[in-house]
Amino acid sequence: MSRLLEARGLCAFYGATQVLFGLDLSIGEGGITTLLGANGAGKTTTLRSLSGMCRISGDIVFESKPTVGLSTEDIVRRGIAHVPQGRGTFSRQTVEENLEIGAMTRRDRKAIAIDVERVYGYFPRLKERHRQQAGTLSGGEQQMLAVGRAMMLRPKLMLLDEPSFGLAPLIVEELFGILRTLNRTEKVSMLLVEQNAALALDLADDAYLIETGRLVTTGPARQLRDDENIRRSYLGY
Amino acid sequence: MLLRPTDTREPLVATIAGIPMTTWRLTALGIGLVVLAVIPFVMKNFYIFQITLAIIYAIAILGLNLLTGFNGQFSLGHSAFYAVGAYTAAIMMDRCDIGYVWTLPAAAIVCFVFGFLFGLPALRLEGVYLALATFALAIAIPQMLKSSLVEHWTGGVQGITIIKPDAPFGLPLNSDQWLYAFTVIVAVAMYVCAGNLVRSRTGRALIAIRDHPIAASAMGIDVALYKSLTFGVSALYTGVAGALGAIAISFVAPDSFTFTLAVALFVGLVVGGVGSIPGTLVGGFFVLFVPNIAESVSKGLAGAVYGVILLLVIYLMPTGAAGLVRLISSRLVQQGRTGG
Amino acid sequence: MELFAHQILAGLATGGIYACMALAVVMIYQAIDHLNFAQGEMAMFSTFIAWQLIQWGFPYWVAFGATIVISFAAGVVIERVVLRPVHDAPVLSHVVAFIALLAILNSAAGFIWDYTIKSFPSPFGGGAFLGQGLMSKHDAGMIGMTLAMLVLLYLFFRHTRIGLAMRAAAANPESARLAGIRVGWMTALGWGMAAAIGSVAGMLIAPVVFLEPNMMLSILLYGFAGAVVGGLTSPGGAVVGGFSVGIIENLAGTYIPVVGREMKLSIALCIIIAVLCVKPSGLFGRPVVTRV
Repeated sequence: MSRLLEARGLCAFYGATQVLFGLDLSIGEGGITTLLGANGAGKTTTLRSLSGMCRISGDIVFESKPTVGLSTEDIVRRGIAHVPQGRGTFSRQTVEENLEIGAMTRRDRKAIAIDVERVYGYFPRLKERHRQQAGTLSGGEQQMLAVGRAMMLRPKLMLLDEPSFGLAPLIVEELFGILRTLNRTEKVSMLLVEQNAALALDLADDAYLIETGRLVTTGPARQLRDDENIRRSYLGY
Repeated sequence: MLLRPTDTREPLVATIAGIPMTTWRLTALGIGLVVLAVIPFVMKNFYIFQITLAIIYAIAILGLNLLTGFNGQFSLGHSAFYAVGAYTAAIMMDRCDIGYVWTLPAAAIVCFVFGFLFGLPALRLEGVYLALATFALAIAIPQMLKSSLVEHWTGGVQGITIIKPDAPFGLPLNSDQWLYAFTVIVAVAMYVCAGNLVRSRTGRALIAIRDHPIAASAMGIDVALYKSLTFGVSALYTGVAGALGAIAISFVAPDSFTFTLAVALFVGLVVGGVGSIPGTLVGGFFVLFVPNIAESVSKGLAGAVYGVILLLVIYLMPTGAAGLVRLISSRLVQQGRTGG
Repeated sequence: MELFAHQILAGLATGGIYACMALAVVMIYQAIDHLNFAQGEMAMFSTFIAWQLIQWGFPYWVAFGATIVISFAAGVVIERVVLRPVHDAPVLSHVVAFIALLAILNSAAGFIWDYTIKSFPSPFGGGAFLGQGLMSKHDAGMIGMTLAMLVLLYLFFRHTRIGLAMRAAAANPESARLAGIRVGWMTALGWGMAAAIGSVAGMLIAPVVFLEPNMMLSILLYGFAGAVVGGLTSPGGAVVGGFSVGIIENLAGTYIPVVGREMKLSIALCIIIAVLCVKPSGLFGRPVVTRV
């Protein structure tokens, strides 16, 4: 059974500094995988590497086709949507324009319109504000918009970088519930980077734990959640 | 971009003017000084004159560097300060019969005040808007110099001619040689001051303002005061260069100080390396010699040749000559480290 | 009073030139986030191309259209080829690249077509507009075309997908890439459009100021001034700014006694700086608020 995304020996560099040291990742179709670790462990760098946004060495294969060397735009067009840290909102454009931007690579006008409504279905608050400038939305709403924008791509894999960052617990719960629904109903596989380990392990099927650019352990989320040692040493609870 | 303490593990031999010196740097400095000393005796007058001008431009670019490179305020109008300095010198020498040596401190003071006063309203302008405002200044100054209102002092369109000074104390040097020496002395003094300024607390404040003005003010730096003072100091440097230029060329006229000069100074800044003090020397020589080279390649297409050379320079050294040197030396350090 | 009205109209007429140029400046600014100092020379060069086509016998409107297309293509090529290598360089290096471009275009135009002043035809015919010598037909036509371009641009940016993609690419290039937008090509498209608009500006201005390689510099400056006064984020503001600059320049020249012809430019610029001191992001610009 081939996996949706596989990375082998992934090393990443910012200038002369090496940040990832030979990471191996394997993400199966249909599930939610979470990537955990402390601050500075290299989680965001991993996602950026998968999206072609930093200098890397190693192999990355998506749907059996290599993606190393492709530009970010081309990787996105292959079906990987990346919800970046800080949401990446187009602040000066309206909510609806943000969603349209998300669908920019598609040509099927009618289906795009249907998808916009679908996103509003998951995030009714966005519909209320659809003519508002996106920069004026609250943090939680911008996060939902970012996820909605990614959904407009009809991606096979969604990368999410710390979606809970700066959000109130109630909003995070709501958001994660929607993520679960998206995963099950829309069949979007997800790779979720999170600092909030408890929440992530609750949501995810599989987990990876990294520290200073190296893999510490991997396994089913349930397993990591139940492992006292790992929780105490790496996840802080 | 300060001269970094080197990480080549070479022993520090001395510290000159606050700059950590390795054997490498000391040798380079030594050679430089020897070359400087020898020039007036081995080269023809015209070349000595050109080198003098190049050094003068370097000082002007140093002024611009203090403002744009170290303090992040974008100026496309430094020809204005150069002009004010030049005219101050010319008016003092021709209309008031004051010796050339005194024109330098006078130009310094006048330009400092002028720069500071311009810096005050400029505080509200950022980036592109500031560039435009300074550019407007550069355009306005030659026009104002030509105006009939001040013709009596400025000589209007014709400008002012002044007499080239001779070597003092009966030294066996001709005019060009003496002016060269004079310029070098002034230049050394000004460069040392600039180096000290940049390395001092004040210098760090300037750089902090450039990099993150909000954080800087949160740390208690009076951003407005520093920015205006920097404008003043920057204008001072360029103004002194202007005065030196006037003395060296023996002539000032409004059309010598158009925006073309402002653009040239800016180009010199970038080519030398923004934020690099030694880079300004490269900038000065570039500004003086490259247009001449372009003209000698093709009279009719001089501008086009200059443009092409400029593009090539920017392609090869996007962060200027200083940036290239930094890149090469860090590569060498890396190779040294990996035992390659 | 009649003199005043006359000066206002005359200011509107010259302002039309500045408004057109300001529009091109804002276009490019929206696409690449800095001012292109070579904009004027690009417009000038395009106008020379049009002139050459007319010399070779092509009818005016054919030359007009062809020049727009050629300028568009040239703008795209310049971005993709000449500016590619400085893409990742700091802003100041970009400015130097623009300066280099300016020097090349200016010199090349002088070399190919020499520096003698040439006349350039106006498609609107000579003579007065609405009689009484308040405004010439050409001035009116120029204003009309500028406004028409403004409307077209507005429709393009607000109501087409590609317009949205361009806005997205300029506003947030990284997020735009993550939406699959080819940011590099969007920027190139922006340059092409700016070059095309610039060429129209040049072809409209040339009949008034006569065609020679150095014609555009002061006009570019007024164009910048107009764009800045209007606010660099607003094409409509740029047009209003351009007209305002024309009017201010004319009024200053007429009513402020100190100002002779040579000082008109300085006074106008001083007034612009004054506006900026009061409203740093221009009359219609939206101050960009960034979170610390």
